[in-house]
Amino acid sequence: MTEREIKRTRIATRIANEFPDGALVNLGIGMPTLVANFLPKDKTILLQSENGFIGLGPKPEEKDEDRDLVNAGGNPVTMLPGGCFFDSVLSFSIIRGRHVDYTVLGALEVDEQGNLANYMIPGKMVPGMGGAMDLVVGAKTVVIAMEHLNKKGQCKILKKCSLPLTAKGEVDIIVTDMAFIRVTKKGLVLEEIAENTTVEEVLKNTEANLTVAGNLSKF
Amino acid sequence: MKPIKTPQEAAADIKDNSSIMIGGFMCCGHPFSIINAIIETGAKNLTLITNDAGYPDIGIGKLICQNRTKKLIVSHIGLNPVAGNKMNSKEMEVVLVPQGTLAERIRAKGAGLGGVLTPTGIGTEVETGKQKITVMEKDYLLETPIEADFALIQAAVCDKYGNCFINKSAKNFNLVMAMAAKTVIVEADKIVEPGEIDPEQITVPGVFITAIVQAKKEDTVQKVWN
Repeated sequence: MTEREIKRTRIATRIANEFPDGALVNLGIGMPTLVANFLPKDKTILLQSENGFIGLGPKPEEKDEDRDLVNAGGNPVTMLPGGCFFDSVLSFSIIRGRHVDYTVLGALEVDEQGNLANYMIPGKMVPGMGGAMDLVVGAKTVVIAMEHLNKKGQCKILKKCSLPLTAKGEVDIIVTDMAFIRVTKKGLVLEEIAENTTVEEVLKNTEANLTVAGNLSKF
Repeated sequence: MKPIKTPQEAAADIKDNSSIMIGGFMCCGHPFSIINAIIETGAKNLTLITNDAGYPDIGIGKLICQNRTKKLIVSHIGLNPVAGNKMNSKEMEVVLVPQGTLAERIRAKGAGLGGVLTPTGIGTEVETGKQKITVMEKDYLLETPIEADFALIQAAVCDKYGNCFINKSAKNFNLVMAMAAKTVIVEADKIVEPGEIDPEQITVPGVFITAIVQAKKEDTVQKVWN
């Protein structure tokens, strides 16, 4: 594995172990999708695909691809036994109506107030918010999956987001290749660090203020 | 019985400056035959209301890349860089709407509602210019209905009364858009006699449908993903 793959695997594995048995989870495009590969076998975790179903399964073999069964990225997938289909209105009723337990999304920036920016860089990258704004507002627990530093080596966990927000104060958990951080009313709490790093390293590489939990553990 | 048209006949009714809802999600569940016929007829200055801008050279993406679209109301354009360029150069107006809000605004029109109150977008650029309403101590944005001259939807099977069965994840926006336009055209892979679809399996009641188009064979089998 490349260094990047190792980082992404660490993030995805930690998040996969966060869900309780029976949880309904929506995984965003990109790194969050990787989480599906590491779900614990002893739990039933249902995955929702916001384009219209619950019971998202793995990519099929090419001969079994079905043009009417794709994920929210438009790529062919399968449905697991017990799944069900619905339209976009019902899909977003499930999302906005607080029936999704966890949503996992990537981020450009997150800040101390749990604000999230992940849908545009004005003048440069404007893909649109897709379902992200509804997911972040509606899911019971919002988990951010991202590398701790951006490609320029700058921290993405800030005192205050500078990019246009996807949602205000909705982020609950931030998981990076270095840290597991919980957003609380008193600010960000560093609950766990990756096994190959130290608290000092995490603090040095984080712009936002972090409170180190008394019972800090490693992942 | 609803009229059955060729893709070309359906497209001929769509004039310049029309507003069109197009069902589908990342090329799944699009009425490709009608979209291709619109490319042929040359209708332009269109307003498209659809989930995403697709890919540059398939379906909806063609209506954008071949300069037929003046305004796009959409939740996502990330996989069509041409749409992004046209937005940045102001050649095409792009209104980004959160996906759930887009669905509900269309439903509001189709269901005869004056709008919906949603928490989505509070504290973001989406709330710009919108009325904020507090209900039971929680803030919501008032999102207004969206209507269109045409809705173009896709179904696996349609009977001659217009009752549709839409397959799997192709349902997406196809159901709600059938409720919200003056003229609703369904492109079906297969057209059958009334009674041939089990009433329990009907996704869209025929009452919403204006006309039916038989999809071209090549558009029922094409692979659209990368």
